[in-house]
Amino acid sequence: MSSKPTLLKILDVTSLILLGAATYLALVYAPTERVMGDVQRVFYFHIGTAWVGLLGFVLAAVVGVAYLVSKDLKWDIIGVATIEISVVFFFITIMLGSIWARPTWNTWWNWDPRLTTAAITELVYVAYFMLRAGLEDPERRARFGAVYALLGGLSAPITFMAIRLFRSIHPVVIGTGQGETLPLSSDMKVAFFFALFAFTVIFIDLFWNRIRLGQLESKVEQLKLKVM
Amino acid sequence: MLFQDPIPNTLGYMFAGYGIFFLVSAIYVLSLFIRNRSLKRDLETLEELDAQK
Repeated sequence: MSSKPTLLKILDVTSLILLGAATYLALVYAPTERVMGDVQRVFYFHIGTAWVGLLGFVLAAVVGVAYLVSKDLKWDIIGVATIEISVVFFFITIMLGSIWARPTWNTWWNWDPRLTTAAITELVYVAYFMLRAGLEDPERRARFGAVYALLGGLSAPITFMAIRLFRSIHPVVIGTGQGETLPLSSDMKVAFFFALFAFTVIFIDLFWNRIRLGQLESKVEQLKLKVM
Repeated sequence: MLFQDPIPNTLGYMFAGYGIFFLVSAIYVLSLFIRNRSLKRDLETLEELDAQK
């Protein structure tokens, strides 16, 4: 495997700097929310991780179609990369949401439509890796993975729309439907949009690193078959 | 201002949230690093075996 490209090294450093800046904006720059107090600050990373988590699941569905059309295993490597990162980010989203809920709703968890669909989405993609682990033939594994990712991709828009389609106590932040598109103060908006930007860059960085790891895995797997 | 409710103290929850974020992220990045190192070792071994064949 060739050494890390310079551009990727730059992206690694940029991601770290952006994460530091996003943390500063969320914890220091943004004002304290009067009703919820400091716990509201988890909102910036809650939304940031949710954004890249759901984006990755949708991307995996598109990549699944690309594999089914082309039968090229490179799409399988890309699909696994995006789902793995999204599972990690979406797990963080759920954890942050639960921590926010404890002082705000007086409970760590309830079966609200948003929380339920988010938990189902996460479990769907955890099962994706269990499915893959049970298949040894790379082409069969890629085909099953692609179809699974395509069907699983439906859970992302359902999770996003759950609070708009069903009665829910989960706050609607984007597009409240009451004339106000984003109910935040201007300083909060800076922290919010910067977190979205930072997490997008961090996702791209991790995605590239994970694709390289997938390529290495594939190379080792092929060589094992040749040598053994 | 006199009758306004004080801002609730939820600082502990905020630290817990960010603590979990950084912990989970660090574990994932570390797992990428460890898997990469392990695969590189496997690749070297396999290449040596392949050359001996």
